[in-house]
Amino acid sequence: MEEFVLRFLIGGAVISAFALLGDVLRPKSFAGLFGAAPSIALATVGMTIAHHGKEYAATEARSMVLGAIAFCVYAYAVSQALVRYRRSTMAITLVLTPVWLGVSLGLYWTLLR
Amino acid sequence: MRVEANFSSLRQTNFREHLVRFVLGGAVTVAAGLIARRWGPVIGGLFLAFPAIFPAGATLIEQHEVKRKREMGRDGRRRGREAAALDALGAAFGAVGLAAFAVVLWRFLPGHNSWGTLGLAAMAWMAASGMLWVLRKRS
Repeated sequence: MEEFVLRFLIGGAVISAFALLGDVLRPKSFAGLFGAAPSIALATVGMTIAHHGKEYAATEARSMVLGAIAFCVYAYAVSQALVRYRRSTMAITLVLTPVWLGVSLGLYWTLLR
Repeated sequence: MRVEANFSSLRQTNFREHLVRFVLGGAVTVAAGLIARRWGPVIGGLFLAFPAIFPAGATLIEQHEVKRKREMGRDGRRRGREAAALDALGAAFGAVGLAAFAVVLWRFLPGHNSWGTLGLAAMAWMAASGMLWVLRKRS
């Protein structure tokens, strides 16, 4: 339980810090880089190593490569959809979230299973 | 195009929006840990690259742009979507950097110092995403 409270606090703080950086920086396309910052990994990798060891953390990182490729596909799809369709950003980002899930699980199924 | 910091934009984000980001960020980090515990590190690792607060961040950018244009007496919806689209394109480049970060952790963590590897991985993220952004601007 204590580990998850710590995860919540550190995760919230690190992700908020990267979001603040994105708010402050200009131009917007550069600030967007921080939308895909390794915030969850930075917040948790120390705890993961302490609790489960380096091999476990490296195994997570290998899968994270696939998750990042899926993030790239998802973010590009969002940028194209926002230009082409007159829908709100919230609607488009949420409707396309299954793209991330589908690509990451598809890559896992193809390469790691 | 020059990269600059505009601290006055911090005033556009209110306390509630900061709180939403904090809670969402914390919740996604906990969820990633729970998924790894239930299904193991191979599935859990995928969620270290989950677009945690990307939808909330892009939506805020759209809302701030719309508000700014409305204060100038214009309908800012199209401009708001364009600003969010630019942010999303930047996130796509950032995700390539995220992959570089993960590759460094995956390959170097088992045989090297943990904090050194983490620092190297963070540099790989910045270098890869920054270089892609510069190349895109020049093309």
